[in-house]
Amino acid sequence: MSARDEILKALRAAAPQTVPLPDIGRVSAVRYPDVRERFAKSVVEVGGRCVLVEGPLEAALAAIPEYAAARKVVSLVPGVAKANVDLSSIGDPHDLRDVDFCVLPAELGVAENGACWIVDHGGANRAAAFLTQHLAVVLRGDSLVHNLHEAYQRIAIPSPGFAMWLSGPSKTADIEQALVIGAHGARSCTVLVTAQAS
Amino acid sequence: MTEHAARAAEFIKNDARLHWHDQAVWFVRNKRDIARSFVPEWEELRSLGSQIKAHTLSRLAEYLEEFERNARAAGAAVHWARDADEHNRIVHGILRENGVTRLVKSKSMLTEECHLNEYLEAHGVEVVDTDLGERIVQFRREPPSHIVMPAIHLKKEEIGELFHDKLGTPRGLADPKQLTEAARVHLREKFLAAQAGLTGVNFAIASTGGVVVCTNEGNADLGTALPPIHIACMGVEKLVPSPRELAVFLRLLARSATGQPITAYTSHFHGPRPGASMHIVIVDHGRSRILAREEYRNSLKCIRCAACLNTCPVYRRSGGHSYGVAVAGPIGSVLAPHVDPKKHADLPFASSLCGSCSDVCPVRIDLHHQLLAWRGELAAQGLVPLRKRVVSRVGRWVLARTWAYRFFGKLARIFARYVPNPWTRQRELPPMPRESFRAQWRKRVRAR
Amino acid sequence: MDVALFIPCYVDQFYPRVGLATAEVLERHGVTVHFPEAQTCCGQPMANSGFFDDARPLARKMLEVFAPYEHVVCPSGSCTSMVRNHFETVLPGDPRVAGLRAKTRELCEFLHDVLRARPRGRFPHKVGLHDSCHGLRELRLGSGSERLVPAFSKMRTLLDGIDGLQLVELARADECCGFGGTFAVTEEAVSCAMGRDRIADHERAGAEAIAGGDVSCLMHLEGLIRRDGKKLRVLHVAELLEEATR
Repeated sequence: MSARDEILKALRAAAPQTVPLPDIGRVSAVRYPDVRERFAKSVVEVGGRCVLVEGPLEAALAAIPEYAAARKVVSLVPGVAKANVDLSSIGDPHDLRDVDFCVLPAELGVAENGACWIVDHGGANRAAAFLTQHLAVVLRGDSLVHNLHEAYQRIAIPSPGFAMWLSGPSKTADIEQALVIGAHGARSCTVLVTAQAS
Repeated sequence: MTEHAARAAEFIKNDARLHWHDQAVWFVRNKRDIARSFVPEWEELRSLGSQIKAHTLSRLAEYLEEFERNARAAGAAVHWARDADEHNRIVHGILRENGVTRLVKSKSMLTEECHLNEYLEAHGVEVVDTDLGERIVQFRREPPSHIVMPAIHLKKEEIGELFHDKLGTPRGLADPKQLTEAARVHLREKFLAAQAGLTGVNFAIASTGGVVVCTNEGNADLGTALPPIHIACMGVEKLVPSPRELAVFLRLLARSATGQPITAYTSHFHGPRPGASMHIVIVDHGRSRILAREEYRNSLKCIRCAACLNTCPVYRRSGGHSYGVAVAGPIGSVLAPHVDPKKHADLPFASSLCGSCSDVCPVRIDLHHQLLAWRGELAAQGLVPLRKRVVSRVGRWVLARTWAYRFFGKLARIFARYVPNPWTRQRELPPMPRESFRAQWRKRVRAR
Repeated sequence: MDVALFIPCYVDQFYPRVGLATAEVLERHGVTVHFPEAQTCCGQPMANSGFFDDARPLARKMLEVFAPYEHVVCPSGSCTSMVRNHFETVLPGDPRVAGLRAKTRELCEFLHDVLRARPRGRFPHKVGLHDSCHGLRELRLGSGSERLVPAFSKMRTLLDGIDGLQLVELARADECCGFGGTFAVTEEAVSCAMGRDRIADHERAGAEAIAGGDVSCLMHLEGLIRRDGKKLRVLHVAELLEEATR
């Protein structure tokens, strides 16, 4: 018998009587009086910055010091002026090792935890999102939900594919629990919440 | 004295360090409390998490088959391992077939259980643990002392010395930010040079065939976005039915573990990157045996958040290494005896049965009841020290007879102070009254 | 109302004043107190070490001793928990267990739930309350710090009407004192470290006395206090209530 068959057999033999799956729709999950305000607060709590973009996106980006100083910029959001790396032309993700700044689009934002759902990240070259020193995430203001239950009702999970919740910059507290922002991934994360559609 | 008791006693000798460790870990329990206070439906979530896991475990074989089907459809290869040895051979096999000698690894308690690192290193593979805490203990050639914070037992000065030795940082540098920066630079080179990346799996989604990995550092993502091979190792119990249930666990996990609402990265992997390959290794290693045991089945619900470690007054005052197993604390003490009851017979007794662990567990595992159940089982198997069995038998004989209880009770009161007794090493005996309660009660009743 | 006292073996032998105070307090609330003399021990020390078979005859004896009574009251959370939560494991299938479970209560819960007592009195001291783990997490005598539930504490509610009593605020509300039964001896280092930390918490909070519902915890804390030469008084809640309501 193969390992697979043995394991499945053992699990079937060991299984207790079927326990019903609970109805998650019943849970009265937390909601906020002002979802945008709570989202912004959560982003800051997880070490990120949250900016409400009223004018052109480029102006909001230019106001980010790390963007202004960046030399190699990847953007999966179209129309970003400083973007000078065409991900589709990169054959080896290792070539992205010196990316300073990366701009990613998010489909959804969650108020309870400041998380952004990111699906478009460069496919074979998604390493850009993790090698980059700094990140900006662009999110439409009408794409905010209160909690993760609502979020999973709305998002599509690509299969095959990669997608992630990104909540603030990379961080660690592994050395005496001192919180250090910027572990292996991005050292900063600015979420730009746009007013206009697309 | 048991192994744990002896190691704990050593740990406690350094009073300053004891209190430093205790406070550091209690701090994390505190953060959990604060995070939980922002989720009014917290107790309901715990119940949901517990029931979802109970349901999934009751149909685990079906869900695993569904998972395998969907994972394959997404382009992942799926392997099955009955035990640690098979797991190690499979992982090594994948690496060998692909000519891999440089592997980067993100956190996986399963691979700790299987002693994968030692196996791979013995077979000529350089394994680099990329979680900062894990890299630190890897440098020191010691196991992690905590599931989530592997280096919680170390002071920054010690880490500074270690990095001076291993990474060439200036002698005396102990600033966490600068030490982390040095590790970032060092590990970045490892990510870029790696030929394969291995991750654990926090949750595997049956309906989509995806695996979910949660990190704060981004190391699982760097380790899988650069090399062309991703190996994901998971215990059979990591399944959730669908993304809808996943939401419940993601809301519980980070809050319970570190007091954060969610980790910085929650990555959903469905198949490999274009042009790369992905292998998922599904491991039993005793889990099907635990599933068969009604008293212990609930321990399979564990999402490895370590909330029970943080709240455990014994763990905080004895340190992870005193348990002698990969996963320490209450959950560790409930899981370890399945593997080797004789070796780990001390662990269910390394507890005052205070029950705090059960009340913080995000999936309502009845940890302290399982610890007691283990005590019964170990006693029945003759794995509890003979001395204790003798005392228990004598106690039973005496206490079953009112006259004997009264007689020996009186003797105890008179002679206890003269008999050497482990209690009196650090504590005064209770002041022995001349008359017991019952003697005084009799007088009281007669006087009326 | 008639009540049978279930006096833990170590209270009977080492802390009789707690048993007497328990009886006093109940009588002051109009209860007729009986003490079935045949009782010995609930078997918890044996069960705690995993020897459920050794606990069995002791549990059976308890069932017989307390059969004639309608209410059983015990000044100990751990012994009450043994009856309510573990007798079924020790005596599986015994039909008498359900009856004993239903009528056995810890002192504070009996006063609070059954008598609806709200004693008035005076105890002008700064007191640190020690919630025993069994009382808190097995009998749910209080809400506990781990769960997100509305705060409540039967012990505190009972003490609400005591004038002059100042309950100090601890840094760690309900951490275990470290007694844990045989744990106190088999893991002596950890047990004493835990006990000393609890005492230090009470001291820092300004407590003159530590009061609790379980003599096992108090015995351990008092043992450390006296060995370390500290001046805290240690007393059972029954003793506090008895003194306060004289």
